[in-house]
Amino acid sequence: MADPLLRVEKLVRRFGGIMATDHVSLDVDRGELHAIIGPNGAGKTTLISQLTGQLHPHSGTIHLAGTDITDTPAYRRSALGLARSFQITSLLKDFTALDNVALAAQAHDGHSFYFWSDARKENRLRGPALAALERVGLGQRADAVVSELSHGEQRELELAVALATKPQVLLLDEPMAGLGITESARMVKLLQELRREVTIVLVEHDMDAVFALADRISVLVYGRVIASGRPSEIRGNEEVKRAYLGEQHVVTRHV
Amino acid sequence: MKARLSPSNLVMALVIAGLALLPLYTSLSGNVFVLTLFTRIVIFALAAVSLNLIMGYGGMMSFGHAAYLGIGGYAVGILAAEGIGSGFIQWPVALLASALFALVIGALSLRTRGVYFIMITLAFAQMAYYVASGLSRYGGDDGLTIYKRSNFAGIINLSDRVQFYYLCLACLSGGIYLVWRIVNSRFGLVVQGLRSNEQRMQAIGFPATRYRLVCFVISGVMCGLAGALLANNTDFVSPAMMYWTRSGDLMVMVILGGMGSLFGPMIGAIVYLVLEEFLSQVTEYWALIMGPLLLLIVLFGRGGIVGILGRFSRG
Repeated sequence: MADPLLRVEKLVRRFGGIMATDHVSLDVDRGELHAIIGPNGAGKTTLISQLTGQLHPHSGTIHLAGTDITDTPAYRRSALGLARSFQITSLLKDFTALDNVALAAQAHDGHSFYFWSDARKENRLRGPALAALERVGLGQRADAVVSELSHGEQRELELAVALATKPQVLLLDEPMAGLGITESARMVKLLQELRREVTIVLVEHDMDAVFALADRISVLVYGRVIASGRPSEIRGNEEVKRAYLGEQHVVTRHV
Repeated sequence: MKARLSPSNLVMALVIAGLALLPLYTSLSGNVFVLTLFTRIVIFALAAVSLNLIMGYGGMMSFGHAAYLGIGGYAVGILAAEGIGSGFIQWPVALLASALFALVIGALSLRTRGVYFIMITLAFAQMAYYVASGLSRYGGDDGLTIYKRSNFAGIINLSDRVQFYYLCLACLSGGIYLVWRIVNSRFGLVVQGLRSNEQRMQAIGFPATRYRLVCFVISGVMCGLAGALLANNTDFVSPAMMYWTRSGDLMVMVILGGMGSLFGPMIGAIVYLVLEEFLSQVTEYWALIMGPLLLLIVLFGRGGIVGILGRFSRG
């Protein structure tokens, strides 16, 4: 088999005495949707932050398409094709939706030391940005300031921003967080389309969504991967059931 | 930025027309004092505009911006004292020295954020202040008198009040125009994006520090130009030009007029210095009136005077 697109080996990150990431190893193949699940505090966001470079691991390595990116700063990883969405929406709040996405496109169009011409009139930035907005269903809201968007729209905008960087791997940190039922359903549908175009690592609490979408699932508990495999394997895994699925699954079923 | 004839735009247009026509008024009325006052105001407005670029648009709260006034001023003063009177040498040196200072200060201070950034910029400016105080060859604490204004080989005569005023006004207009181009450019959007959400900007692939640093240097150079103008205006430079209270004055002008607005700093400089001038004629304790006034504007007029005008025009 070819090299995985994203390979994580024996990653360790401590916060004081707590092992937030405990020798995590993970392979994500090109084109797959790999879900990472686990109870609250299992270290999912910590893991994502190390993948994107916001946090530095204490040991272990991360390879993207065969290149060691363990010590590569966040902004350069983005150039290499890693994009993330944030669990807690993180956008430029005083900018319009289109500005947010256009800046992402700009970040991947060479350096930005242009001081003179009006960047808001550049079609080579605005065009792809608008396309990304339309992709997530926000075409009509392009000129709305982010702080005026609903929570659901902001979640979709997060996705559009990530898409505009033309990533090889999309790291989605709970894209469904705080969404209502209809919004969630829309997001699942959107991810179902996106997965055909880009490799996705999905951290998500919504079990129905995860099992509907994932090719493979890794289960993180107390910073360790306790199981990794196809959804059917994970569903049948006794340890996973004990650690996680039991209570949580019942809860989501009620919804 | 589309031009609409809202009340706030009308006010700006009136202010600009007023500034442009001021020499006409002085020559008709014979009131030279107003021209002298407004030459000073226009120079400080340029300094405030430069500060606004990093503070308002870039979110970098520099509390040492007066240092560039001093550096620009001392470049002119020292060269004049050494017998180099040509503005073609003095002014480029002033700008270059400011750029260099900004580059070093920026490279060191931009590693920090928030209060630490404020403190470090303040510390460097105070360092510049003490260095100037120690320059005994150039007057030390007492400052340095400039006996001849910068000589521009007959192109423009800086000793002529009106010509000098228009030079200052041209520099201010140029500064505002430059800031306008910058904030709408790719570079400007990055800098404003970093102010808004640095983590997000890093995640989409922007290296923060180098953009901030370049912005910091541009701002420093612009303020250095104001310093060169100021030295020529007062025919004198002294360490007091870069004392921390001066930096504070500049910050107040920006906040008063409206942080992150194009014309805000200019309006702020005008209001602040005119008030200072007239209140200080009325009472020795003018700061007692100025202080509460500033408080009111900061507390109730978010976005400064320009912000208030903007809200007024939206109804």
